[in-house]
Amino acid sequence: MIVPLSWLKEYVDITITPQELQTKLFDCGFEVETLTELGEAISGVVVGEIVRCDPIPDTHLHVCQVNCGTHGTFQICCGADNVKVGGKYPAALIGATVYATAKDHVTIEGVMKIKKGKLKGYESHGMLCSGVEIGLNEDLYPGADYCGLLVLPEDAEPGADVKPIVGLDDWMYDISITANRPDCQSILGIAREVAATLDQPLKMPATNYTPVSSNLPVISVTVEAPDLCPRYQAHYVRNVKIAQSPAWMRRRLALVGIRSISNIVDITNYVLKEFGQPMHAFDLRDLEDAKIIVRRAKQDEPIVTLDEKEFKLNPNHLVICDGKKPVALAGIMGGLNSEIKDDTTSVLFEAAKFARDNVRRTARALGQHSDSSARFEKGVDEYATEQGMKRALHLIEELGCGVVTPAGYCVAVKPEIAARPLTVSVSEMLALLGIQIPDADILRILTGLHFAPMLDGDSLTVQIPPYREDIENAPDIAEELIRMYGYSHIQPTFLAKASVTSGGRNLRQRTMLKLKQTLCMQGCYEAVHYSFFSPKDLDLFRYSETAPERHAIRILNPITEDLSLMRTTLAPSMLNAVIRNVRSGNHTGRLFEIAKTFHSDTLPIKKQPKEQERLCIGLFGNTMRFFDGKAVLEAIADTFRLTFTYRKPVDTTVYPFLHPGMCAEVSLNGQVIGWLGMLAHDLCDAQIPEHQAFLAELDLDKLYPALTLTLRFEPLPKFPIVQRDIALLVQKDVLCGDLEHAMLAACKSLRKVSLFDVYTGEQIEAGKQSLAFSLTFVPTDHAFTDAEVDQFVATILKKLGKQFDITQR
Amino acid sequence: MDEQMQAMRAEIEAAAQSITDSKEMYLLRKQYLDNKTGKISALMKNMRDLTPEERPAFGKIVNELKTWALDFFTAQDARLKAQELAQKNAAEQIDVTMPASRHTCGALHPMTLVANELIDIFAGMGFTVFEGPEIENDYYNFTALNTPKDHPARDMQHTFYLSDEWLLRTQTSAGQIRVMESTQPPIKILSPGKVFRSDDDATHSPMFSQMEGLVVDRGITLCDLQGMLDVFAQNIFGEQVKTRLRPSYFPFTEPSVEVDVSCFACGGKGCRLCKDTGWIEVLGAGMVNRHVLENCGLDPDVYTGFAFGMGIERIAMLKYGIPNIKMLFESDVRVLEQFRG
Repeated sequence: MIVPLSWLKEYVDITITPQELQTKLFDCGFEVETLTELGEAISGVVVGEIVRCDPIPDTHLHVCQVNCGTHGTFQICCGADNVKVGGKYPAALIGATVYATAKDHVTIEGVMKIKKGKLKGYESHGMLCSGVEIGLNEDLYPGADYCGLLVLPEDAEPGADVKPIVGLDDWMYDISITANRPDCQSILGIAREVAATLDQPLKMPATNYTPVSSNLPVISVTVEAPDLCPRYQAHYVRNVKIAQSPAWMRRRLALVGIRSISNIVDITNYVLKEFGQPMHAFDLRDLEDAKIIVRRAKQDEPIVTLDEKEFKLNPNHLVICDGKKPVALAGIMGGLNSEIKDDTTSVLFEAAKFARDNVRRTARALGQHSDSSARFEKGVDEYATEQGMKRALHLIEELGCGVVTPAGYCVAVKPEIAARPLTVSVSEMLALLGIQIPDADILRILTGLHFAPMLDGDSLTVQIPPYREDIENAPDIAEELIRMYGYSHIQPTFLAKASVTSGGRNLRQRTMLKLKQTLCMQGCYEAVHYSFFSPKDLDLFRYSETAPERHAIRILNPITEDLSLMRTTLAPSMLNAVIRNVRSGNHTGRLFEIAKTFHSDTLPIKKQPKEQERLCIGLFGNTMRFFDGKAVLEAIADTFRLTFTYRKPVDTTVYPFLHPGMCAEVSLNGQVIGWLGMLAHDLCDAQIPEHQAFLAELDLDKLYPALTLTLRFEPLPKFPIVQRDIALLVQKDVLCGDLEHAMLAACKSLRKVSLFDVYTGEQIEAGKQSLAFSLTFVPTDHAFTDAEVDQFVATILKKLGKQFDITQR
Repeated sequence: MDEQMQAMRAEIEAAAQSITDSKEMYLLRKQYLDNKTGKISALMKNMRDLTPEERPAFGKIVNELKTWALDFFTAQDARLKAQELAQKNAAEQIDVTMPASRHTCGALHPMTLVANELIDIFAGMGFTVFEGPEIENDYYNFTALNTPKDHPARDMQHTFYLSDEWLLRTQTSAGQIRVMESTQPPIKILSPGKVFRSDDDATHSPMFSQMEGLVVDRGITLCDLQGMLDVFAQNIFGEQVKTRLRPSYFPFTEPSVEVDVSCFACGGKGCRLCKDTGWIEVLGAGMVNRHVLENCGLDPDVYTGFAFGMGIERIAMLKYGIPNIKMLFESDVRVLEQFRG
């Protein structure tokens, strides 16, 4: 929120510097995002009095001698039509900075530095300025919009800095207000805080007025939707004379970014900024039957707002109606049909509290936002409603632009607006903070915040001001105290009173960390991807319409369609990461991600969906092979002492994105826990030509029960282990895994079988290959003799021969 | 007799002279010293032909020759082996500046590194780690955290909804409730996890990670919060770092504070990192709101507590100097490989 220092000073005496005030605000909970001097860009501009002014022949220019007081008298050339001897104007001296304007003398094109110049042969030692050139406009300073020199007051001292004279020495605070303090969404609200933190009295703006009675029209005000409008106040003002507002009001509105319209409209805006109360003014002539009815809109009821936009409403929207039709969209904008016009003489002011949620939803649904709706969305208190109306009526009198009548109406769920008492224990309250605050400071701080504190021993009773809807209990009071007393009083302690607890990761968390470390040892980098993906990803992976991956939970309000589905598989995000890497020139790499996938029986979801933890691995590069991927999985098996088995999927169409001849389902103890495969050629060629990618995904919820961190020592064999190599000639469709399995089953002394060579050279007949295995025999109770081992091999070969068509080479 | 010995010595020396290989030398040695077939051994056999009187003198001479030969061949062997080793070493000499053949290690994600560091710090102070679900219902994410429907604080967080009831959690604070509902104090938990808000611009990511901390016990104070955060900040950013509390607002804490750490880049003097303020905002915290304790069935007159929450990405970016939050989710290996070790 923008707060001008000059406006703030209306309510509080401020003697500290603008920067010191910034720190004070920060310390009590109001972060000043930016603090800028209004005339920040302007420097070196002084009051210049024209002592001589000669026309330059054949031009519209004049050459002037300008008295700039102690700075000296300078010759300055000037093209403005209002330059005259004796006139006082802003004179930008050599080295000064002012705004550069376009040829229209209105549009600002940046900041320029004044240099010595020459015009038509006449030297010019500076520049006489227009209002625009020093950053003013008509609302900020009357006469500033004149397309010529800005005329300064006659009593301006030549050579004096113009900034204080025209109000450019003001400071603008852009303050961020936390959501619990809607009462500070106004200049007065901030002034209350400033007064409290500076220990200064708050000078309340006048809200008094004297109603003048004479035969009043009969106006009726009814609220049919008190849930959406807990308070509605209206007041009739007659003999209105629409005119321009006074300069002080126009300037203040201009400082906070509001253009002056007319006295009546300006008063509503002024109250909005000063008290934080949005107001509206109806032309009473336009209110049929002189009625105000606050009700829900009818289905398809039309309204045209002040900005000439037409809306079709529905019962979710609250409208202000006269006897026949909507005349305002409650809390958002008035209707065009009842707006203040130049000949308006009878005004009905409105100040109300509308439910913030309803205003917000209506503004969003209609795409119609205003200063008023923005204010209501943050929350307006009824104290502001009541005071705001009084202030508006006072301003009518002060500006002399109408006659306030006694015809005031208030329809409220709770008409009484009063302070709420609260009694708390000081010791319990301070126990939360962990420090002591002297009673005198407690009383001083709470008095400054208008809490009217009463201390009786340990018992503190306060009267919560009606605008402090955020204050409810002792911790709230504690916070008020500490933010004013200063957080620097908090002294670090280390859980002096707390119990000792044992901390750390649980078994699953430790196991998952070990798993990640294992993957890092395999050269994989951990990746983190969004939990959502795109329907396009499912298409990219060519999942069938009935594939479970398509049964994804949809976000109702996604940022884009590409981030609209909760992931049912991690692989598409991984492939996208691979694609991004290759396209960035990273030709090889290994990635893994451990994250959740989301699964629901019903869509849209009705109960807590299942969150499944998964591991996805992505390897890419043109030297990468299937077995590099398998090696990563085997490393996991090794780390946790497991045996994974790999089988070609029974139905490879379940994995339409994989190479049908280079994919496997990974099982553990007979249960499929995931898959591994090479990205299908056509998919690969389309996305990352000249590269290969291998993907794997494991369900960690299925894997986890088998993972153990327990280490156990096994005694070393007492007798030497024996190794034998055998080479088998087999049909190419005989699976290595099947042979290994059969060999291990054939001999209990055989503990390990490892393939060490595959040969399909000249000596091997077509359709066959030679597989060479190294067999490890481990004796348990005696050392094996050669004959024994020969016998083992013979037995193994004999049993293999029954199952497979094999020949020993 | 002596001449015969001398001749054999000369013969050995002559034969050895032309030999350059230790294996050949060994063969030569065998010719003379082999127990069965060696020429010197053969001399010993001649002893049988001598008279008992002649034998001792002969034996002495032969033994001298044998001793000499043994020494000679040992020396020759050592010389040749040394020569051969030198040759082998010379032939095998390499250019040590050539690149290493290495097995490249991978790396944990910078966010995991930060989370691990945080977990280790707080585990040492007795915190356990709790991970809640990413899909939460309205109650756990908002209502139980003192943010009922229509509460202004709901506007602070742009929520992704999955249905009227279900949403993507906007804060790991949701986990607080689950823990407090099921656990009696003393409670000290750390709750890391992904959270979601519908912001996507240069400085916001629709998904990011938070680390939430919660302590509930008897007599917990705001001073305790500051004490614990000092330990955290000094461990993460350096011994010399200080923390500063300043007022803020969160619906689930009262009082609420923002916590700044003194700028570890400039030591508080003011620099680009701290935008010339000397302080860097790192987390939000506060004393657990009475309503939140009540919502979880804990008596706020008996127990108090504090909670704090920080963005893991923000800590990672500050700690490692990562300029852009988006880099953390793009999986560019040139980025990730920098976090090896």
